[in-house]
Amino acid sequence: MDKVVTWRRGGYSRRVNLSTWLRLAAALVLTVLVMLGSLSLGKVILSPLEVIRILFSSQDASLTLIVEQLRFPRIVLAALVGAALSVSGLILQSIIRNPLASPDLLGITSGASAAAVLYLSFLSATLGQQFLPLAAMLGAALATLAIYLLAWKQGTSPLRLVLIGVGVSAMLTAATTFILVFSPLTTTLSAYVWLTGSVYGASWPEPLALASWLLGICPLLVLLARQVMVQQLDDNLAQGIGVRVQWLRAGLLLVSVALAGAAIAWGGAIAFVGLIAPHIAKRLVAPGFAGQAVMAALIGANLVMLADLVGRTLFLPLDLPAGIFVAVLGTPFFLYLLIKQRH
Amino acid sequence: MTSIASRGLTLSYQRQVIIDALDMQLPKGKISVLIGSNGCGKSTLLKSFARLLKPQQGSVILNGVDIQKKSTAAVARELAILPQTPTAPEGITVRQLVALGRYPYQSWMQQWSAEDETMVNRALTQTSLQALADRPVDALSGGQRQRAWIAMTLAQDTGIVLLDEPTTFLDLAHQIEVLDLLRDLNRLENKTIIMVLHDLNLACRYADHMVAVHERTAFAQGRPEDVLTQALVKTVFDLNCRIIPDPFFGTPMCIPFGRELPQ
Repeated sequence: MDKVVTWRRGGYSRRVNLSTWLRLAAALVLTVLVMLGSLSLGKVILSPLEVIRILFSSQDASLTLIVEQLRFPRIVLAALVGAALSVSGLILQSIIRNPLASPDLLGITSGASAAAVLYLSFLSATLGQQFLPLAAMLGAALATLAIYLLAWKQGTSPLRLVLIGVGVSAMLTAATTFILVFSPLTTTLSAYVWLTGSVYGASWPEPLALASWLLGICPLLVLLARQVMVQQLDDNLAQGIGVRVQWLRAGLLLVSVALAGAAIAWGGAIAFVGLIAPHIAKRLVAPGFAGQAVMAALIGANLVMLADLVGRTLFLPLDLPAGIFVAVLGTPFFLYLLIKQRH
Repeated sequence: MTSIASRGLTLSYQRQVIIDALDMQLPKGKISVLIGSNGCGKSTLLKSFARLLKPQQGSVILNGVDIQKKSTAAVARELAILPQTPTAPEGITVRQLVALGRYPYQSWMQQWSAEDETMVNRALTQTSLQALADRPVDALSGGQRQRAWIAMTLAQDTGIVLLDEPTTFLDLAHQIEVLDLLRDLNRLENKTIIMVLHDLNLACRYADHMVAVHERTAFAQGRPEDVLTQALVKTVFDLNCRIIPDPFFGTPMCIPFGRELPQ
């Protein structure tokens, strides 16, 4: 059984699950190890000790370039993308009260994808690639806004949100395919890589931009943490205990779009992380948003880092998009947890 | 003394009027039971008492003040509601569920005060759930789960508790257990209990005050002895029956006739 202690200092009080903290610490250590492993592996294989030496005292210029400029930003971007998608999925699963909810199911991903493909087909020739993240984010925001407004009927209900989300998502995917069919082959290729989700060729400005955006959202997450669990009650029950259900649902939806939209903007439409990482996290730590969110973030980060590691090392000299391997890595682990729980 | 009253209360879904210009008063510190046929609007009425439904016209008066003028949290400190077949957040323990009842007293800073802890432990004791407190809610039996939900409303520390068919899906023994628990809370803690029940005999046994909802209004109200008559059952439920005094408790007992009439 989990060990729970109470903290009270003046006007501040919390229940703290020590077992959760312990597991989070373990997951954090694992994340650092995966990061170190990813820094070591590639076309040039280094030992983890060498990597640490290079990071702290750069002597060999070419090795420094490989580790600090080629591998590190890409790994950090992968971790941030995975973390943001997972936390977004965890929030969505709570407010939609559906274990299948994720940014992919609710039209966030398909909105971003449609906008990104539109941009790649019609605007990238004149504007270049720099505004692609912005376009994708706008697409995610617009799609979600449309879904929210269409679902509104004296307030929104989780069921209407998910059904309309699936519908809008299907239409946007059709539109994306339609545009792709009519675009030149070079665009189709780059769009396809984007749609699979890839952190290929990332340099420091990208993870730094994503990191600062996510840091901006963090205070909101901390503020809204206690509202996530009560969203899982029925609307009537939640309102009965004093929750302002509609406002908080809209607020949490906004936060999850901000998280997933940004992740997709910089990492492409990586599917499945936002679905599976929250479920893995829920099986590793006790209910409670704070603990599960941090765990989901770490699981998601590891999942995308490992997927990218596989994509860029296993098929050398090819460098395959990370999105291909997320499901391959995530599903077996999830099934293992489910089977272990059954016995 | 009145706990909840309605003045000219009109409730509707879309265009359909469910309750029409209802004036009603429910006594404080008593057990009131709403009865009526399926779809007569008794659950809708209960919802409006908890401010879950905005009246088309008229108002609900909670402890002397129009409920629409109170904030959601303020209502939640005066009145708790347990809807039909509630669902619990995935994987949470009984103690966590009961602690959710403390929501209207908590803030971002204060999420587990000494009072929260006392009230949660009290609610667990009152519902005899201490031994099961750290079990997941999903692992409980039907009767235990219903007690856990009632414990959550108790942790809310309100003078009034509304329950929508709290005995559905329970076997007879557990129905009695839940109703006994509610009566204890009424007698010992002086809580006002307002609930919807389907079983007329149990309703008569446990109610101090009974309201038959029919034709968009409170068709009859008062002591169960005065409300539950043969004529009322015929009108409200379209059912032939005999009402006899319960041989052990003296409260009205309804013997329904089907197509087969007694010899």
